Amino acid sequence: MKGTSRIQAEKLLLAVGLALATLLVWAFDQLAVRVTATESVGPRTLETQTKTAVVRDYLAAWQSLSRALEENNPSLLGADFVGFAKDKLFDTIQDQQKLGIRTRYQDRQHDINVVFYSPEGLSIQLLDTVEYDVQVVDHNKVQATQHVRTRYLAVLTPTEVRWKVRIFQSAPEP
Amino acid sequence: MKSRFTFMFAGWALAAMAVLATAQTAPLELPKIIAAGTALSVSTAGSGRAVLYIVGPGQALRRDMQLGETIIFGPGDIHNAGHYTAALVGSSSTQTAEFDVTAAKQPSMLSFLAKPSRLPVDLHDGISGVVYVLDAFRNLVLQPTEVSFELSGIGGATQTRVARTQNGVAWVEMDSAPKAGSTQFQARVGNTTEKRIIQQVPGEPCNLRMSARRSGARVELETEPLFDCRGNTVPDGTIVTFKETYNGGETTVDVPLKRGVARTNVPAYDGSIISVATGVVMGNEIHWQDR
Repeated sequence: MKGTSRIQAEKLLLAVGLALATLLVWAFDQLAVRVTATESVGPRTLETQTKTAVVRDYLAAWQSLSRALEENNPSLLGADFVGFAKDKLFDTIQDQQKLGIRTRYQDRQHDINVVFYSPEGLSIQLLDTVEYDVQVVDHNKVQATQHVRTRYLAVLTPTEVRWKVRIFQSAPEP
Repeated sequence: MKSRFTFMFAGWALAAMAVLATAQTAPLELPKIIAAGTALSVSTAGSGRAVLYIVGPGQALRRDMQLGETIIFGPGDIHNAGHYTAALVGSSSTQTAEFDVTAAKQPSMLSFLAKPSRLPVDLHDGISGVVYVLDAFRNLVLQPTEVSFELSGIGGATQTRVARTQNGVAWVEMDSAPKAGSTQFQARVGNTTEKRIIQQVPGEPCNLRMSARRSGARVELETEPLFDCRGNTVPDGTIVTFKETYNGGETTVDVPLKRGVARTNVPAYDGSIISVATGVVMGNEIHWQDR
């Protein structure tokens, strides 16, 4: 009798655990994006369409970054990165390949603020308070997972069909 | 889907490991911020083999080590500005820490965008200069920095402006000079300088005037030398359009400027109206009377 109730309790615990885990996964999959209303971004007026396109392409760049670093595949960077940002990510992937590691970046939340739009319209700067999870995978074994909240600064420039990230680095709060 | 569950299980595993680790080892201690290119030492406690990972989008490092040792990363080992996660993975515990690498304080590169490369003279705020200040490792220097902009060249005083960077970027707008020709646009931070050449071309012609004289059965037309409103010669090749209207018909001739003037001839019709224009500038009109 005692044994039966223990098994039932264990089953209940397992069910609750699974339900919680499912909820956790569902919650994790919801990428929250907030774009702060920007009144003045420097010398040039920022049209809504431009802002929408820049934010869309910046978020797409995060997806490319994430895939490229997870798969150690630098060819995934070309669509969204250019210049120094692309070179540095390329180098990181090479480092990872040499070390036999991979990293998984899963962005959870972005709070984006457009802070500068250059007078000739050839560069736009964003500050993004971002939350993401990073996992270190060494020879296919997950070694560490860390939830990160930090601020990133990105400079995007227009190309033929989309905005690409030219500078991408963290900008810790002063 | 795969990564979702990996994250989920890793989360559970990490939580369980964290509980164990708390009791066994001291936390991984790192400075919150270091400048790019500076050395970093990481002290560890405990015993046994471990691996230290330092990862961020800008760099990835891995070091095998013995717990209790101090790991030293030399100057230049960590050179890309960014947010990094450090994980010390031992046989029985994993410790993590985070830190930021900021740009070195000394600027050594400027990404200078000067636009346009060619513009008419005497245009207020016609030239824009944008500078991103970078360190030796191509990191954006976020510390406010003064950038000096200078526009100098043919005709007109040198214009100088100083702008302070905000989030690594500084910008100015400047006027084009009254005289046509090449001008040098320079941005400077300390000893670091970047130069661009901007061509200033004459503006729209001022006072387009032509004269007419009979030559047999035709009328020869010739403009006066063309200048813009600042006295710059309008460049050869600029198209001047002559138009003759007579009895409901129209004759149009496009002529490029040669040595500052445009010449052509049209049929001499008594009572015709001849006009001249270039671009959006209209010249005088002649009512041709055969005498």
